[in-house]
Amino acid sequence: MSATGIGAAVKRKEDFRFLTGRGNYTDDINQPGQTYAYILRSPHAHAKINGINTDAAKAAKGVLAVFTGEDMAGVGGIPCGWGVNNKDGSPMNEPPHPALAIGKVRHVGDQVAVVVAESYAKAKDAAELIEVDYTELPAVAHMEAALAAGAPLVHDDAAPGNLCYDWELGDEAEVDAEFKNAAHVVSIDLTNNRLVPNAMEPRAAIGDYNKGTGEYTLYTTSQNPHVIRLLMGAFVLQIPEHKLRVVAPDVGGGFGSKIYHYAEEAIVTWAAGKVRRPIKWVAERSESFLSDAHGRDHISHADLAIDADGKFLGLKVYTKANMGAYLSTFSTCVPTYLYATLLAGVYTTPKIYANVKAIFTNTVPVDAYRGAGRPEATYLLERLVSKAARQLGMDQVDIRRKNFIPADAFPYQTPVALQYDSGDYEATLKKAMELADWNGFPARKAEAAGRGKLRGIGISTYLEACGIAPSAVVGSLGARAGLFESANVRVHPTGSVTIYTGSHSHGQGHETTFAQLVSETLGIPIDNVTIDHGDTNRIAFGMGTYGSRSLAVGGEAIMKALGKVVDKASKIAAHLMEASPEDVEFKDGKFTVAGTDKEVDFGTVALTAYVPHNYPHETLEPGLEENAFYDPMNFTYPGGCHICEVEIDPDTGVTQVINMTAVDDVGRVINPMIVEGQIHGGLAQGIGQALLESCEYDESGQLISGSYMDYCMPRADNFPGFQATTESTLCAHNSLGVKGCGEVGAIGSPPAVINAVLDALADLGVEDISMPATPQKIWQAIQSASVPAAAE
Amino acid sequence: MPTVSMTVNGKQMSGDVESRTLLAQFIRETLDLTGTHIGCDTSQCGACVVHVNGDSVKSCTMLALEADGADVTTIEGLAQDGDDLHPMQEAFRDNHGLQCGFCTPGMVMSAIDLVKTNPNPSEHEIREWLEGNICRCTGYHNIVKSIAAGAAAMRGEKAAAE
Repeated sequence: MSATGIGAAVKRKEDFRFLTGRGNYTDDINQPGQTYAYILRSPHAHAKINGINTDAAKAAKGVLAVFTGEDMAGVGGIPCGWGVNNKDGSPMNEPPHPALAIGKVRHVGDQVAVVVAESYAKAKDAAELIEVDYTELPAVAHMEAALAAGAPLVHDDAAPGNLCYDWELGDEAEVDAEFKNAAHVVSIDLTNNRLVPNAMEPRAAIGDYNKGTGEYTLYTTSQNPHVIRLLMGAFVLQIPEHKLRVVAPDVGGGFGSKIYHYAEEAIVTWAAGKVRRPIKWVAERSESFLSDAHGRDHISHADLAIDADGKFLGLKVYTKANMGAYLSTFSTCVPTYLYATLLAGVYTTPKIYANVKAIFTNTVPVDAYRGAGRPEATYLLERLVSKAARQLGMDQVDIRRKNFIPADAFPYQTPVALQYDSGDYEATLKKAMELADWNGFPARKAEAAGRGKLRGIGISTYLEACGIAPSAVVGSLGARAGLFESANVRVHPTGSVTIYTGSHSHGQGHETTFAQLVSETLGIPIDNVTIDHGDTNRIAFGMGTYGSRSLAVGGEAIMKALGKVVDKASKIAAHLMEASPEDVEFKDGKFTVAGTDKEVDFGTVALTAYVPHNYPHETLEPGLEENAFYDPMNFTYPGGCHICEVEIDPDTGVTQVINMTAVDDVGRVINPMIVEGQIHGGLAQGIGQALLESCEYDESGQLISGSYMDYCMPRADNFPGFQATTESTLCAHNSLGVKGCGEVGAIGSPPAVINAVLDALADLGVEDISMPATPQKIWQAIQSASVPAAAE
Repeated sequence: MPTVSMTVNGKQMSGDVESRTLLAQFIRETLDLTGTHIGCDTSQCGACVVHVNGDSVKSCTMLALEADGADVTTIEGLAQDGDDLHPMQEAFRDNHGLQCGFCTPGMVMSAIDLVKTNPNPSEHEIREWLEGNICRCTGYHNIVKSIAAGAAAMRGEKAAAE
């Protein structure tokens, strides 16, 4: 292994600019003549707009323009990227999503008008002069309310019953048959709490219009600038790709929330064409809470049929998923194809049925947040399996082992569409149990009891599907775009290399990891490699970064393009060494001819390609630059075991996480330092979901957790240090053997935490606790359980 | 509009501000020192931490006018002469204490102030100190490690090996 190649913990190339304040985030960019936008948002969850008077705002000092939905009426709505069909085959309800509200507002924060002014303060001041005549309508803030008979309708006739779709996977009757043979049926009702992604950089966008060329430029906080160009250009503003440049510069975290095409991007781009000056919009954090797509928000019931021996026979899952007020880009696929297809987990359950109803409510749109569907599936399964162990009097680990898909069973076809290519669930379980000292737990529990503390241990053995995604498969499931990736390798005349990738780094460290692939493959110093990303004018195409796809899809595209470079360079080297191309070998940056001492280095070949005075013109073009598109054959399937140990103070209900151990199979590891960092971050978000974070609406649809004063963001003192490591099998269908590591931490950990909390409370007879397991909830559970009648 | 003057990263700076202009806005917009970030509107996240007269301050909690005459250091002032990083910056790089980089300037500025008052902080003390700095990427694990290593380097010790 070289010091900068595959497997090396190379320090990150991008860190210097971030550490010295020289990053270039969207809000750091200013254009000559720039103006500022303030977006007036609805204060009501549901209201009719009778009229909007913008006269006073337009007349205010420094104001250039005020636009409302009527002004943008000719512009297309914000599109949804994935169609899902109902059980009966009919298409889902897909109501329009205007960039600025027309006729009605449907959630607190819905965009009503935009003020463009010489300064942000002037725009904000002028927005206070806009008079909107609203008639408030009754709102549905929660799914139960939305489904009640006679409930107010978010989209009137466009979504009767507030239903987006009623979808199913599997044959319910077939699964019912398994239940007839079952010795045991274990059932569970769960809520997967609604979360706000809260990337630390608030969303921002700058629209610019070039009066000379008619070209538009959008700078935006996006995880996938080409996707934004496609969606906004083709569907919203009708600007062809060659006249629209989208730049996503340094982006301060995404976690899914910066995948989607947001109205503000279309508004500033469109308005820049009207006012003929650049327009910058930056969200205040309060606006982020009211306009960034939220995550999770499922209510589920599940039944697990088990035979007398503890083997799972069948699983039925009924889930309601909150879509919010409008369909965000990937909202519809999250609770279906990223959720129900995961319900086999790591187990051999032969028959599975899932029914998912997607519901409109008067809340902010809900879409993918780190893990996206897979944390919801994992939480349901791993809570259910632990509950089954308790109900059947089995050991938590034994019940899992008894049902694991064995390591020699791959490729393994699940009953819910996916075919797993590789894994070894016993290996990750065993290593995690060792690291967490599982067997020493009873002694620690007894010791804690001596101090008056309730100690619990919880486990989760999980799997996820990422590396999104094989285009043919997802196309057949309703995806309206392919999910491949592109790469371009440009070898410069003196042998340095620039990689243009369609993946986008917003914290993941691509500039280092991808450069390691180049350093390893071409045998050149990592400092001679630059990774360029985030600009549709420089990068041919790209589907961006989400679903742990950057390395497994984007990295594979780079490897494919590098392979083409090596092929061509070998031919040039053969010519220089007067050898046959078949006899040329390339290793450690040198071309050699087998059985001779002939040798040329990579730099010489690169120079020859660009100074072609001695060049095989009859067979090769000059230059050394190659493109590749890579479309994966299958999803990748990381998995592993997370073990959490907690201590609860029964007097206060406060839970302290004592130990969090994660052993994950992420496939081949390119940079272990970065991989561990990704897992740490995922664990923090998973523990945050389990113990701290909750997005709450009151019955009228007002967001009551709309700031960092109200929404409990995890702080450093909420966590212990993490024990995170990898125990990998290789992905069987890509050249690197990589699977993905971005989401595993957030997927596997929430059930481990809650199972630990329930283990700590088990002796009191507490059987359920909902996320987040706040001190108040736990204290109340302890108080209720202490009542003799409740304590069995 | 009133004029405000202060020493920023060792240089005398002045500019016209509205009376409501925050120090964070003055630093970013008037002085174009965009390393100081704004991540919230309730003074919770700590992305905007700078040093004012040697102490760490959330620059969104001060009006620019309040800093008139003050000595301000921003993240750009730590390694002014090119490529020599401050030991705390170096420690963050060595320990992968940053991912997206957005909270990083505030984390580094805050950490340096911690070490000024507590040269050898325990892990617990570091975690408590970071109460006012939110990171969404790292789970804080490597930030805590970075600050311990940075503190050791600032004390003149070599950072403990892994």
